[in-house]
Amino acid sequence: MDLIPELYRKEYGKMVTVLCSRFGMAYMDIAEDIVSDTFLSAAETWGMKGVPSNPVAWLYTVARNNALNYLKHDKVFEKRIRKDLIQGGERSFEMDIDLSGQNITDSQLQMLFAICHPSIPAESQVSLALRVLCGFTIDEIAQALLTSKGNINKRLFRAKEKLRAEEVEIAFPEGSAIGARLDTVLVCLYLLFNEGYYSASVDKVLRKDFCFEAMRLTYLLLGYPPTGKPGVYALMALMCFQASRFDARIDDSGELVLYEEQDTSRWNQELIDRGSHFFVQASGRGEISKYHLEAAIAWWHTHHVAEREKWENILRLYNQLLILEYSPIAALNRAYAFFRVYGKEKAIVEAEGLQLSGNLFYHSLLGELYTGVDKERARQHFVQALALAGSEAERVVLERKLSNNC
Amino acid sequence: MKEFALIFRTSTPTEPAPQLTPAQLQEMMTSWSNWMGGIAARDMLADGGHRLGIRESKTVAPGNVVTDGPYTEVKEFINGYIVVKTQSVEEAVEIAKACPMLFGGGKVEVRPLVAPDDNS
Repeated sequence: MDLIPELYRKEYGKMVTVLCSRFGMAYMDIAEDIVSDTFLSAAETWGMKGVPSNPVAWLYTVARNNALNYLKHDKVFEKRIRKDLIQGGERSFEMDIDLSGQNITDSQLQMLFAICHPSIPAESQVSLALRVLCGFTIDEIAQALLTSKGNINKRLFRAKEKLRAEEVEIAFPEGSAIGARLDTVLVCLYLLFNEGYYSASVDKVLRKDFCFEAMRLTYLLLGYPPTGKPGVYALMALMCFQASRFDARIDDSGELVLYEEQDTSRWNQELIDRGSHFFVQASGRGEISKYHLEAAIAWWHTHHVAEREKWENILRLYNQLLILEYSPIAALNRAYAFFRVYGKEKAIVEAEGLQLSGNLFYHSLLGELYTGVDKERARQHFVQALALAGSEAERVVLERKLSNNC
Repeated sequence: MKEFALIFRTSTPTEPAPQLTPAQLQEMMTSWSNWMGGIAARDMLADGGHRLGIRESKTVAPGNVVTDGPYTEVKEFINGYIVVKTQSVEEAVEIAKACPMLFGGGKVEVRPLVAPDDNS
């Protein structure tokens, strides 16, 4: 990656978050403007005078000065901030902008908690996190989420309005509130990871970045004692196990490779080992969250064991997961595991009982199960699935199955 | 949607429990896991319920009468329950018909949960 895009990806979010946590949530747009201006100065200055020896330090110094300048010159903003600060018991106007590593970490965690406010819909939380915490551009977010820039802008605008209206503070929730908010934070990070992992976007590098950003933020939670909970370790383990198969599940031409056909030498052993390490830390404290169960399922998927043993365990874990919390995708995955243990005929009964007609994966699963059992039904289900497929990669897989069936 | 409790009844533990082999125990666990998982996969599980133990159970009657063991009548006692949500009692009965309890000599009682607007 080129220097400026790389710095932008790594530093934009950190700087916006620190400024915003200093100014208050209401001034997020101003914080974003200041950081954008900083990058503009960098592009001009570095182009003319060469890249400084420590570009990050340069950016921080300039962002800090820009922020202080802004405070001096923008009368309206000055009045508001001054008033807020005095009300907050802080009389000194020469506010400091602390861009130390510790303060960046704290600000990012606090911002993560603020963004995951219950009044903000989950999809907007994810978009906000991608923009403000991870520094993805609107273009990149729209591309990965397969929607328009206009939609993402609208989503961000409404979410920011809501954060202002609710007067959400950028701070760690107090005492017991942190536990409840942590649940929302984990859902947001889980979705963020899945957006990268399952996105139908063709940009593989970008998708991987989404996954790694979700892992970075989860890792920050682990480093903060009140949030270093078993469920967070389990989510981290789940992400490591899933990410270990990232390169194996998409081939060089961007096509999806089904699990059964993956080249297991392309699984990333280092990530599997890290996942196991986090999973051990998640266990033995008497708490079993859905992340524990999903991590355990992912563990079985990343290990070489006898097929029968593997799928019996995966089925049992899906049973447990569904008993804990229903979701259509878990129900469909369970039906697939059922097929691997008990064969197609029995799995068809289970799958049809789910009544998820109109769901892409429901039809592709039934197409798969009817293949070799009832050719016509298999064909019908694959055709229905094709009509529902949203991406080229999905269509390619389904068309291949359809032609194999005939 | 209506909610029904499926109550597992079994005969009194006067006769010693049959000695099951580890393989049979594994099979028993698997059939319960699959039965419950199948209900949950259709989004019909309202409450995972509980198993009810025998050891340390007592029955309290009026007049400070406390006896050991669960309350039993006709040599039957309750050893667990779950709650399902279905369109009708018939649907709940269909679920109960596949309960592993039935294959171990027990019975399943299907009872509606009484809702506030329902006085039956």
